Amino acid sequence: MITAEQKPIQEIMEYVRPYSRILLVGCNECVTVCAAGGRKEVGLLSSALQMAFMQEGKVLDVKEMTLERQCDPEYVEELAGSINQVEAVLSMACGCGVQEVARRFKEKPVYPALNTKFMGASERQGVWAERCQGCGDCVLGLTGGICPIARCSKRLLNGPCGGSSHGKCEINPDVDCAWQLIWDRLKALGLEKRYEDIAPAKDWRASRDGGPRRIIREDLAS
Amino acid sequence: MKTFEPVIVAFCCHYCAYTAADMAGSMRRCYPSNIRIIRVPCSGKVDAIHMMKAFQKGADGVYVAGCLEGDCHFKNGNTQAARRVAYVKRLLDEIGIGGERLEMITMSAGMGERFASTASDFTEKIRRLGPNPIKGLKKAEAV
Repeated sequence: MITAEQKPIQEIMEYVRPYSRILLVGCNECVTVCAAGGRKEVGLLSSALQMAFMQEGKVLDVKEMTLERQCDPEYVEELAGSINQVEAVLSMACGCGVQEVARRFKEKPVYPALNTKFMGASERQGVWAERCQGCGDCVLGLTGGICPIARCSKRLLNGPCGGSSHGKCEINPDVDCAWQLIWDRLKALGLEKRYEDIAPAKDWRASRDGGPRRIIREDLAS
Repeated sequence: MKTFEPVIVAFCCHYCAYTAADMAGSMRRCYPSNIRIIRVPCSGKVDAIHMMKAFQKGADGVYVAGCLEGDCHFKNGNTQAARRVAYVKRLLDEIGIGGERLEMITMSAGMGERFASTASDFTEKIRRLGPNPIKGLKKAEAV
């Protein structure tokens, strides 16, 4: 999922300060799962903002909505009936959702309430960790299902480096060495020989080096 | 000058604090009428939004009363509640309401005396802190 964290309340307040009626929009997808921008968080932020501004003598009118997905125009369209009643939109979606709302409603200022972080997985309740950097050319099939791009601090394709010590990365003793994980996994699978294969230089044009990316499915595209 | 009488919302777990309140009554032990008890099936049922809404609607103080550590009827609802309370306390500090107006308290069903003394102590603490800063200001509710 795409993970995110709420911005500091003071930063959000500065965005909202010029307005008295806002639409606070959550998203039912990734940010609900990572407890950053779902229906619950919308309710909490709404309550917090109203109480914070009341102390400044200002009544902030907050209309709360949570869409099934904020990154799809079909769902963003559901805001059309409410958008004219507000002066600005505060989005609790990831950056994709914020931009989709801004694209659809060009006449309304749209502000982010979250900092979008990374594509990750839940390690346990309340803990999320980075697992994928969307490099566009997946190598998991060669590395025992552990990504050296997302999980090795140096993104090494032929690791580990000299900073690997007792299975941990030199940047932080809490960070596993991805290449130690890869080796352990390949060994468990009986695929140690694969470790000897030298990976050539990666084609980063499939990643961000190729500029903003797009997928076009000819069979689906209208 | 009229004494400030705080409004205090107490979310009380059915299996401990709520029964302790009953016990306090059976013991004829007085406690301040400022406490508004809301019975919940477990302190872990109390969500952050419940605490926030209590303050938004004018409560001067809020506490969540759950079972003693290790005694939760649902295993760990009380520890979850304690973490949630800590989270909301930070949020209340950030928005100027003051995290000290919210507390997590634990007790067993037999602690009628503790229920009453906690209610009195918390009421006094909130009385010293004064009214909720948004009290008396124009109310704004989410639509």
